[in-house]
Amino acid sequence: MTLFLERIISGINLGSIYAIIALGYTMVYGIARMLNFAHGDVIMVGAYICFVAISSFSLPPAVGILLAVVVCTVLGITIERLAYRPLRQAAPLAVLITAIGVSYLLQNLAQLIWTANPKSFPLVIDTMIKDAAVFLGIASPEEIAASSNFGTVVLYTSESGATLRLTGTTIVTILANIVIMIALTQFTSRTKMGKAMRAVSEDRGAAELMGISVNRTIAVTFAIGSALAAIAGVLLCSSYQVLQPTTGSMPGIKAFTAAVFGGIGSIPGAMIGGILLGVIEILGGAYVSTQLSDAFVFAVLIVVLLVKPTGLLGKKANEKV
Amino acid sequence: MKLKKSTINNLISYGIVIVAFVAVQLLQNAGLVSRSLRGQLVPICVYIVMAVSLNLTVGISGELSLGHAGFMSVGVFSGVVFSQWMTSLIAMRYDAAVAAQQETLILVVSMFVGGLFAGLAGVIIGIPVLRLRGDYLAIVTLAFGEIIRNVINCLYISIDNGRVHIAFDNPNVAGEIIVNGPAGTRGVDRISTFVIGFALVLFTLFVVLNLINSRSGRAIMACRDSRIAAESVGINVTKYRMMAFVTSAFLAGMAGVLYGLNMTSVQSSRFNFDTSILVLVFVVLGGIGNIWGSIIAATLLTVLPEMLREFSDYRMLVYAVVLILVMLVTNSPMMRAFFGRILPHRRGDAGKGGEAA
Amino acid sequence: MTMRRSTTKMVPVPSHSIVPERDVDKMPVLETRHLGIDFGGLKAVEDFNLTIGKTEIAGLIGPNGAGKTTVFNLLTKVYQPTSGTVLINGKDTAGMNTVQANKLGVARTFQNIRLFGNMSVEDNVRIGLHNQVPYGMFSGIFRMPNFWRQEKKQHKRALELLSIFDMQDMASAKAGSLPYGAQRRLEIVRALATNPSLLLLDEPAAGMNPHETEDLMDSIIKIRDQFQIAVMLIEHDMKLVMGICEGICVLNYGRIIAKGTAEEIQQNPTVIEAYLGRRKEDGK
Repeated sequence: MTLFLERIISGINLGSIYAIIALGYTMVYGIARMLNFAHGDVIMVGAYICFVAISSFSLPPAVGILLAVVVCTVLGITIERLAYRPLRQAAPLAVLITAIGVSYLLQNLAQLIWTANPKSFPLVIDTMIKDAAVFLGIASPEEIAASSNFGTVVLYTSESGATLRLTGTTIVTILANIVIMIALTQFTSRTKMGKAMRAVSEDRGAAELMGISVNRTIAVTFAIGSALAAIAGVLLCSSYQVLQPTTGSMPGIKAFTAAVFGGIGSIPGAMIGGILLGVIEILGGAYVSTQLSDAFVFAVLIVVLLVKPTGLLGKKANEKV
Repeated sequence: MKLKKSTINNLISYGIVIVAFVAVQLLQNAGLVSRSLRGQLVPICVYIVMAVSLNLTVGISGELSLGHAGFMSVGVFSGVVFSQWMTSLIAMRYDAAVAAQQETLILVVSMFVGGLFAGLAGVIIGIPVLRLRGDYLAIVTLAFGEIIRNVINCLYISIDNGRVHIAFDNPNVAGEIIVNGPAGTRGVDRISTFVIGFALVLFTLFVVLNLINSRSGRAIMACRDSRIAAESVGINVTKYRMMAFVTSAFLAGMAGVLYGLNMTSVQSSRFNFDTSILVLVFVVLGGIGNIWGSIIAATLLTVLPEMLREFSDYRMLVYAVVLILVMLVTNSPMMRAFFGRILPHRRGDAGKGGEAA
Repeated sequence: MTMRRSTTKMVPVPSHSIVPERDVDKMPVLETRHLGIDFGGLKAVEDFNLTIGKTEIAGLIGPNGAGKTTVFNLLTKVYQPTSGTVLINGKDTAGMNTVQANKLGVARTFQNIRLFGNMSVEDNVRIGLHNQVPYGMFSGIFRMPNFWRQEKKQHKRALELLSIFDMQDMASAKAGSLPYGAQRRLEIVRALATNPSLLLLDEPAAGMNPHETEDLMDSIIKIRDQFQIAVMLIEHDMKLVMGICEGICVLNYGRIIAKGTAEEIQQNPTVIEAYLGRRKEDGK
C-alpha cells in the first residue's frame, strides 16, 4: 500500500512536469494552430543553461533558473520569428516538418556544445529550498547540514516502518504547477494580451480586423511557452538528475500527449492530462512492464484521439464545406 | 495519348536505374569501387526503397508519417526469423550446403513475407490512424513507431527443430535464439546482395509509378488535394488512404528484410524516431511527391556521410538545417520570390506536390 | 399570392418545357420531408420540403446566409440532418455518407471551386469517372489487359464529357491554371462524369461575365436534355434563375418562404420583402 502511494506521488511529480510542458504545447497549438515539435528541446536548452550557470559559473540556483527562463524566452521568440512566421500561410505539413527540423537543430547544437555524454544535474531545487530556509531564518546552515533530508515531509509511517514521504523537490514541482496554472488562467481571462490570445485562437482573421496584431500575440505565446519550458526543464532534471541533448524529446512528445488528453487549447486540461499521464506511466511501468511504460503513454494518446479526439476538456471544431 | 506519355516516362525511369546498376557492376568488376562504398551498396538500395515508399505516403497521399522506421523494423524481424526458419528447414530436409545454394530464393521469399507482415502492421495501424488528419496523424504514427520498437524490444524468438518459439519479455526460449530482446537479431546469415537490392528498387519503382498512373493512384491524389471533392465524386477516401499507407508499409517491410539480412545482428533500437526522420529528410530534400528526387537524395545522403567521415558530428545538424531551409524556400512566399529573382530556373516547385515523371 | 402546401410538387406547369415527357408525377428524383439541421441550437435549415422531378431544372435562391449551401450539404450527406428525411430516387438516405449518396445519383459542384488543381483537366474528369470504370489496384500496378481496356474507355469518355463545354483541347492543361469560368465548367463536367440523376450546382455562374453566363444557361439545358437528369442550382444571378429554372424555391433564415414558377416568385410579396426589406410602396 505504501509502495503504491509512493508510486502515485512519483506519478504526480512526473505528471506535474508534463503539465507545465503541456501548457506550452496547448497554448501554441490553440493560438498558432501548429504543433511546435521543438518545444521539448527548448526544455533541454533551459536545463543546460541552468546547469552551466550553476556548475561552471557557480551562480546561485535561483539565478540559474532565471537565466534559463530568459534564454529560453529569447530562444522561443527567435525560433518563431525565423522558422515559423514565414510559414504562417503554408500547409500544415510544411510547418510540422520545419518544427521537426528545429527540434533536430537544437539537439545537435546542444550535442556539439555540451557533447552527448549525460551530465549529472545538481539538486537545484533542494539547494534552493535550503537557501530559502536560511534566508527566511527558519533554519540555520548548521541545522541543515546536520539533517540528511531537509525539506522532506514524512506523510505517514506504517507499523512495519515503511514511510511515505514527499521530497522537497516534489513539493516544489507540484506547487509550481498549481501556481503556473492559476497564473495563466488569470492571465488569459483578465489581461488585454490574454484576451487577444483567446481572440486569435477563436478566429485569426476576425482578430486581425479588430486591430489585434496576430504576429505579436503569437510571439508572446511562444515567449510564455518557452519560459515555462525552461522551468519545466529545471524541474525535470532536478527530479531525474540526468541531462543530455535528447533529454527533452521524449518528455516533449509525452507532454503533447498530455495536452491532447486534456483537450488541446485548454489550460486546466493540460494540468489534468499531464498528471493523469504521469500516473499512468509510473503505474504501467511498475505493474506491467518497465520496457513498455512508453508504449502505455502512446497507447493513451491513440485511444484518446480515437474515442474523444477533443480530449477531456476540449472544444469541437467543425470543418466548413 | 496521355497514357503513352506516362508509360514512356516510366520506361525511361527504369532505363536510367538499370544503366546506373550496370555502371556500378562494371566499376565493381574493374575494381574501381572502394571497399567502404561496396559495403554501402545494399544500404543504398534499402534507403532508396524506404524513401520512395515514404514518398508514397507523404507526397502522393499527403499524410506525414513519422513512424516509417517502425514498418521497416517489422520487416527486419519477421523477415530474419522467416529466413532462418526456412534455412533450418531446408538444412534439416537436405543439408546445409543445399540451403546455402538456395540463398537467393530464401531472400526473395523472406522479403515478401517481411513485406506482408509490415503490410499487416500497416492495416492494423492504418485503421485507427487514418481516421485522423494532419498533426494528429503525424504524432500518432510516431507513437505507433515507438510502440513497435518497445514491443520488439521485449520479443525473444528462437528456432528449435524447425519450430519457431516466440516469448514475450522472457529470455528463456528453447533452441537457438534468433531474436534476443533488446540485443536484437543474432547469428544471421548475411544473404542480401546488391543484385537483389537492385531488383527491389526496380520493383518498388514499378509498383509506385504504376500505382500513381492508374485509377487508384488518381483517387489517392484526389483525396490528398481535396477530401470533400473526392467524396463528392464517390471516392471512398478511407479506402484509398489505406491503400497508399499499406503499400508504403509493405515496401518498407521488404526494405527492412534486405537490411536485416545484410548484417549479422540488428537491434530494434536502431529503428527509432531518428531513422524515420532520416528517411523523411531524403523525401523532403528530393522534393515531396517527386519519386526521382527521393532516389537521388537517398543515394547521395547515404554515400556522402561515408565519404565525409570527419564531418560525421555535423551530419544530423546539417540535415536539420536542410529540412528547415527546404521548407522555408519552398513554402514561404517571401523566400520563393527571393529565389525566383536570383535563380532563372524554378527551384521552388519541389514542395508543391508535383508528381513524378 | 398563393402559399402552397409544403409538400406539393414544385412545378406543375413547366415554364418552358423542352422535355416532352415532363414526368414530375412519376417517381421524383429527390424528395425531402421536414428536413432540418441545427448547429448547436442554431436552426440552419428547418422543415425543408421539396420534390424535384426526373428531368427538372430547379432553382434555390435566397439572401446570403439563408442556408442554401447547407441544403446542398444535407442532400449530399456532408452533414447528417438532425430531423427529416432525404429520398433519392425513392431511397431513404438515412445514415449514408457522401460517397453512398453519390453512388445513388447525387453529384455536385462547389461554391468555392474544389478542383484537383495540380492535376490535368483530363485527370479531373477521370477521377469523376472513378466508379464508372472499375478495375482494381493490382490490374493497375501490373498493367493487366483490363487496365488498358478500361483506361482507353475512360480516356474516350473523358474527352466526350469535356466536349460538352468544348474543353477537349484543354485536356492536358493543369486544372488549377484554367481561367475561372473554365474551372467552374470543369467542375460541372467532373460531377457529370459520376453519372448522376441529380446535379447540384452551387453558384455556377459566379465570376462569369454575362456572355459566359448565357452560354452556361444553354449548356445546363443541353445537359439536362442529353443526360435526362434533374438539375438543382443555387444562384444569385436572377437572369439565369428566372431564365432556365422551371421551379424556384426561396429560402430565408433556413425556412422555405415561397415555391413556384419564376413569375409566381417574382410576384410574391414575401420574397420581395426578404430580398429588399419591407417595402414602403408597391414593388415592381
